[in-house]
Amino acid sequence: MDRFTTLTGIAAPLPLVNVDTDMIIPKQFLKTIRRTGLGRNLFDEMRFTEDGREIADFVLNRPPYRKAEILVAGENFGCGSSREHAPWALLDFGIRCVIAPSFADIFHSNCFKNGILPVVLPQEAVDHLMEDAGRGANARLTVDLVAQTVTASDGRVFAFEVDPFRKHCLLEGLDDIGLTMEKVAAIDAFEARAAAARPWL
Amino acid sequence: MTQPRTLYDKIWDDHVVDRQPDGTCLIYIDRHLVHEVTSPQAFEGLRLAGRPVRCPEKTIAVPDHNVPTTWDREAGIANEESRIQVETLDRNARDFAIHYYPVSDIRQGIVHIIGPEQGWTLPGMTIVCGDSHTATHGAFGALAHGIGTSEVEHVLATQTLIQSKSRNMRVEVTGSLGPGVTAKDITLSVIAATGTAGGTGHVIEYAGEAIRALSMEGRMTVCNMAIEGGARAGLIAPDDKTFDYVRGRPHAPKGARWEAAMAYWKTLQSDPGARFDKVVTLRAEAIAPVVTWGTSPEDAVAITGVVPHPEEFHGGKVEAARRSLDYMGLVPGTRMTDVAVDAVFIGSCTNGRIEDLRAAAAILRGRRVAPGVRAMVVPGSGLVRLQAEEEGLDAVFRGAGFEWRLAGCSMCLGMNPDQLAPGERCAATSNRNFEGRMGRGGRTHLMSPARAAAAAVTGRLADVRSLA
Repeated sequence: MDRFTTLTGIAAPLPLVNVDTDMIIPKQFLKTIRRTGLGRNLFDEMRFTEDGREIADFVLNRPPYRKAEILVAGENFGCGSSREHAPWALLDFGIRCVIAPSFADIFHSNCFKNGILPVVLPQEAVDHLMEDAGRGANARLTVDLVAQTVTASDGRVFAFEVDPFRKHCLLEGLDDIGLTMEKVAAIDAFEARAAAARPWL
Repeated sequence: MTQPRTLYDKIWDDHVVDRQPDGTCLIYIDRHLVHEVTSPQAFEGLRLAGRPVRCPEKTIAVPDHNVPTTWDREAGIANEESRIQVETLDRNARDFAIHYYPVSDIRQGIVHIIGPEQGWTLPGMTIVCGDSHTATHGAFGALAHGIGTSEVEHVLATQTLIQSKSRNMRVEVTGSLGPGVTAKDITLSVIAATGTAGGTGHVIEYAGEAIRALSMEGRMTVCNMAIEGGARAGLIAPDDKTFDYVRGRPHAPKGARWEAAMAYWKTLQSDPGARFDKVVTLRAEAIAPVVTWGTSPEDAVAITGVVPHPEEFHGGKVEAARRSLDYMGLVPGTRMTDVAVDAVFIGSCTNGRIEDLRAAAAILRGRRVAPGVRAMVVPGSGLVRLQAEEEGLDAVFRGAGFEWRLAGCSMCLGMNPDQLAPGERCAATSNRNFEGRMGRGGRTHLMSPARAAAAAVTGRLADVRSLA
């Protein structure tokens, strides 16, 4: 997993609430057995017509936002299916950070496993950043995970909270499985205790 | 004296392997369910790292999302990518020696239907699957939730998950349901009351007289859609109905182990005075038979009601409602019972169990599907299908003009050939009415099995009570 420390880039505004993972990556693209290559189908049904032509007014088809690295969206982003294909598709497109007033739990967790930072900010802050993002290439946001801040193009700074352990893993690009493997003795001990306490399992 | 604990607290405490100073825990997983869509990259990760599956005996796999439901499916899967995905699961199950129910096995079915059916799902367990509807298993008083593929790999490799504890939420449904009101109406009404993010960061315990009165099938329907209310997991304390359901299942404990398990399972209730961070109470008498009008599961309205105006909502939901109505092709103020349907889908992990098929068949007996409506019933597992056939339900469905299919997820998410055409409107017993969910441009109205059957018969959304 790639580290995430700071990121300055173009933010795409997606002012919709309840953006679900079926929107982010429709089911026909879940048939892959790989993690890569999903960026071209990110938001497929909003981005392309049925015969594959670009829908001109969809944000990621507009010139400055084709290179977006940040997404600003409405509340409950990433609800629905647990598909990790959603963060894979965002990452493959080039998006490393999503800013929203709230996220669905499973999507939120999946982001951290893939080097994407989900930033939760109050609605008012998101509204400000949404407006800023609307200015296109002239408005670049800076997301600083170390300082836990988002800086708008007008210099306004918004502080955000992040789970300390997840922050640490993201800053260092740590692999969860490797970390847990170091605790194998504790897992062995738990299994022995559980086998005695709950032998039917 | 120890603090009173919730059911969630108790299951959590019994599964903590390690706790870091910041509160992050390593949680042991008792059962890991696996399907073909969210697992290939996880198995590939194991191979690349040279890691085995730590507990193959606790890992159960079944293909369900991609499998055709037509009677010729033994001939193979026509779509190449779907075929490769199922073959990949075949190979991974064999290579890593995990329990497996291939397409050819009569026990194959939707992962959340066969877990309970085979007795893999037991009270007090931690259960995960790379699928958000894993919440279904909470009906047994198990802590069950969906995970992403990275976590699937983590569980395969370590039989644990890194987790922060969620908050406790209690949803109490008091009193008793009116005639024609079902578990599906409870779960949709709870979501309508709390919103699709109302349960975010929480584990919901469903309680109250109306929940107790539900069968195990009904409880599974309620817990199944906890995720649609934002909660990763929904729970119901086990009781005699739970134990009766579990007893004698192929993988349920037997003899002395059963007795030991029962002694433990009976402790799986929230203590009096246990603290919940959030409490929502609904009166069962106030729950109407509902259908959804929009593209979010929170968009439920009484079947006797009308399509709402976007202006009735607040904040971002105003624009969302406008977008939903446009997508759904509906005009505010239209009576729901005036909405004509093109298709009917009965099935899914929400409502693909035997009781659901019985409820739908009861409406269909002696009736016919309205002209021009295509109607399909997809049993949740091969064993549900066999039981329905033994009871003669297949003849009722076929006689009414329904297609009688083989088990799988089918049209609920349309990864197999069962899909809606653009603009096609469907009365569905599944769980998500998202844009494009059942097929690009397809329009989904969520409802109970009996109401879907009534829609098939009348050709429009219908109040089942008018047919009773």
